[in-house]
Amino acid sequence: MARTRVRLTFPTALIQEPIVYRLVKDFDIVINIRRADVTADHGWMALELEGDEGALERGVKWLRDRGVQVDPLERDVIVP
Amino acid sequence: MEKLNGLRCRECGRHYPAAPVHVCEFCFGPLEVDYHYDALKGVVTRESIAAGPPSMWRYRDLLPIEGDAAVGHHVGFTPLIRAKNLADELGCREVWVKNDSVCHPTWSFKDRVVAVAVTKALEFGFDTVACASTGNLANSVAAHAAEGRLKSYIFIPADLEQGKILGTLVYSPTLVAVHGTYDEVNRLCSEIADKYRWAFVNVNFRPYYSEGSKSYGFEIIEQLGWRTPGHIVVPCAGGSLITKIWKAIKELKTLGLLEGPVRTKMHAAQALGCGPIVTMIKNDTDVLVPVRPNTIAKSLAIGNPADGYYAYKTTKESGGSGEHATDEEIIEGMLLLARTEGIFTETAGGVTVAAAKKLIERGVIPRDESIVICVTGNGLKTPDALQDRLQTHAKIKPSLSAFDRALAELKSQTS
Ligand SMILES: Cc1ncc(COP(=O)(O)O)c(C=O)c1O
Ligand SMILES: [Zn+2]
Repeated sequence: MARTRVRLTFPTALIQEPIVYRLVKDFDIVINIRRADVTADHGWMALELEGDEGALERGVKWLRDRGVQVDPLERDVIVP
Repeated sequence: MEKLNGLRCRECGRHYPAAPVHVCEFCFGPLEVDYHYDALKGVVTRESIAAGPPSMWRYRDLLPIEGDAAVGHHVGFTPLIRAKNLADELGCREVWVKNDSVCHPTWSFKDRVVAVAVTKALEFGFDTVACASTGNLANSVAAHAAEGRLKSYIFIPADLEQGKILGTLVYSPTLVAVHGTYDEVNRLCSEIADKYRWAFVNVNFRPYYSEGSKSYGFEIIEQLGWRTPGHIVVPCAGGSLITKIWKAIKELKTLGLLEGPVRTKMHAAQALGCGPIVTMIKNDTDVLVPVRPNTIAKSLAIGNPADGYYAYKTTKESGGSGEHATDEEIIEGMLLLARTEGIFTETAGGVTVAAAKKLIERGVIPRDESIVICVTGNGLKTPDALQDRLQTHAKIKPSLSAFDRALAELKSQTS
């Protein structure tokens, strides 16, 4: 089992979709939401994902392909 | 004197013992260094500070280190310049420039944060420091690691130009270029920071590192004779510097060191091509919408700033504001500062000058109130920003008559 901590930022168009549900169901990832702010037109979540490494990578890729921004909790680690 | 009180979560307030950690295990909020201000009251005085060295370490009691500075003994205490010519040009009464373009040793305010982080790394017994950076931070981490005889790992995206990394490589760090998109490289660096027991300055050492920025604020106030200015215009990337300058002012107030009440308004300056914090301020919302940076102000190009929310709150709480600068305005800002005050700053300084000018023109900053413009980096590091804009005025043969003709020509052009 591997773990990763990420911050998801949802564009307005995706707010109404069951993204997190699909992540759990289709990728067999256990999620643990620690902090979130989701309203009608924006949303972010700080959460922990747990699953096997391949599943996490595929899950993160799927999120990005859907248009969800996936950042580490620290957000920009690369500093100019 | 027990001055440090461990770490505290900025969101839920939970306390943690002092350790190289940066995230609250309960709410994933950021951790911040906590101090026993009661123990510092009456001990840290204007006199005790004035008796300290001419460096950022004169504020050692308000920085998160236990002993003496281990590296960067000469960082900080940079000039605060009364910018009369710039003030004339802007039509203002009192303009000051806090000039970290001459910060020792790597010419940006990042030396302040890194000197604290590396000292702290040694206090915690680390033998390796690290960062992921394309510019000022990389220069500073590599230099201070060399001084502290620590190993250092610097991560960069593989497509970075060679010229940009020479100022880092010269200090003999281990430089690792990572292939991939920005998002992939960024996330990998977070995972590396998580896995290896290194002092990753802006990740697991972030609570200590970021406190170093307070010294920039302390110095402004001390150099103004313990008065707070009417306005401080600060360049923002991650949003930490502006937050910490404000924290510095509040700490000096808590300790009773200020002359008169705090009347400072904090203003955020960002490039239009990467300005998510200023966008929050303009839209008056605490929701940060991440952006893809597209600006010549590379040193401010952080699209999803970790302290964006706190930077926004700082401007709100102080009654300040924010302004964007276009790439053209950034260059004009750099040229204006150089032409009026003889200071060559990098693009970040151009952003600040340009934003200050616009805030003055918009009437947000009244012309008769005192203004501090924060110049945080040196123009010689990135001369390419001006390459196409400046040229030689005359090319002549080595004869006096050739020069006479050229001079007459130039004079006729300007008259
Ligand atoms: C020259 C310069 N000025 C200002 C900043 C902004 O600081 P912060 O990230 O704390 O907002 C940076 C770096 O991030 C910088 O390199
Ligand atoms: Zn917390």
